[in-house]
Amino acid sequence: MSTEKPKVAFYWCSSCGGCEESIIDLAEDLLKVVEAVDIVFWPVALDFKKKDVEAMEDGSIAVGFINGAIRLSEQQEMVELLRRKCQLIVAHGSCSHLGGIPGLGNFWNKETIFNRAYHTTPSTDNPDGVVPLEKTVLEDGKELTLPRFYDTVYTLDQVIDVDYYLPGCAPPRDLIMNAILAILEGKLPPKGSVLSPNKSLCDDCDRNDSKPEKMLMTEIKRPWEILIDPEKCFLAQGIICMGPATRTGCGERCIIGNMPCRGCFGPTDQVYDQGAKFLSALASILDTNDEKEIEKLVDTIVDPAGTFYRFSLPSSILRRKRMEAIK
Amino acid sequence: MSSETFNPKLVGFLCTWCSYTGADLAGTARMTYAPNMRIIRVMCSGRVDPQFVLKAFKEGADGVLISGCHPGDCHYQEGNYNALRRHRLLTKLLEQLGIEKERFRLEWVSAAEGAKFQKVCDEFTEEIKQLGPLNWNGGVNEHREA
Repeated sequence: MSTEKPKVAFYWCSSCGGCEESIIDLAEDLLKVVEAVDIVFWPVALDFKKKDVEAMEDGSIAVGFINGAIRLSEQQEMVELLRRKCQLIVAHGSCSHLGGIPGLGNFWNKETIFNRAYHTTPSTDNPDGVVPLEKTVLEDGKELTLPRFYDTVYTLDQVIDVDYYLPGCAPPRDLIMNAILAILEGKLPPKGSVLSPNKSLCDDCDRNDSKPEKMLMTEIKRPWEILIDPEKCFLAQGIICMGPATRTGCGERCIIGNMPCRGCFGPTDQVYDQGAKFLSALASILDTNDEKEIEKLVDTIVDPAGTFYRFSLPSSILRRKRMEAIK
Repeated sequence: MSSETFNPKLVGFLCTWCSYTGADLAGTARMTYAPNMRIIRVMCSGRVDPQFVLKAFKEGADGVLISGCHPGDCHYQEGNYNALRRHRLLTKLLEQLGIEKERFRLEWVSAAEGAKFQKVCDEFTEEIKQLGPLNWNGGVNEHREA
């Protein structure tokens, strides 16, 4: 039927639910979307099952929005299924785009994460030391299974082919609406595009004018250590701000809230590795040429890997901590 | 792999003005040194993007060297100081990712120091032999095994 509305699916993997919230936050615009499309799968809001998706014809869904990173075999199975059913796949939000906060799990592996979660957190009450098993055989011989928990967190495009990326933690509503409208009107950019302007956050930042002629950092401060001037560039105040190495389009929500950028939009198209690029930028503005002083200053940067790769570790060049080095 | 049979792969980014010329001198003077270094000539040690270093490790390097002009001697005034600052910060980041600091080295080698380049290559190769292969596994593809 030619008058049939295009079908849309939403799915979540390793994520917090904030990206689902970002769809709800479309508010009255959501009604416009619902008018224009048929939502055929959305586990967080609608009661469709996996078998309903399986029953659909391959390629019959116009677009699937998938948020969250891939950490479990079940998530892999679901996104592979959706890839077959959808003409377009959009990685929705930082976790599916870059790995996101769950991607910080790549500093550990399955064993150390399970040990922490099921044995050593102060709030764990697990006297029998029970841990989840992939297979459990019950007394009556029945077998129960759980999805496999991977050692490594993956971005969506490391598991399936992705057509577009909607960046952000969570993506702002104007970018989501623009993406949906572009898809409905068939005005799509080249495949693989990140649906946000290809320039750095500093380009759009209101504090850009407060930047000194020559930016130099004599000390590194953490946000709680000083009273932050709400008008002045964070880097000029000694606070690490990922703006120079981060794509713009977020609406500077953090900056307006007087907090430095943490990099959730990922890098611009010209950059492979957001963390390495930021490291490069930061090192070049440390205000000393003296070896000992450089080392002292570097010592005050508490967690460079966790800070520079806050949202992008799985999508970085090295992707994770070396397995042999995890104790 | 024992240190007897393990032959480290090393990548060296050498600035064209000092260290590459120094390496050239070691060659023309027919000094012998460990052949493990794959040399990449760059205009300045400050040109070495941290992405290059990460990529080298990912593609199989067991150790990476950046070598430039001595402090104060940079052809571009300050490029080697940028290299120094990046080296110290990147070393810390690499350690967080489980790559030992011994695997990422910064050395100042002037155009006249062929002998120093020889020594750096021999020492670095020996050190990495003791440390063993890096075997970067970052792309672990457990989701592809089934």
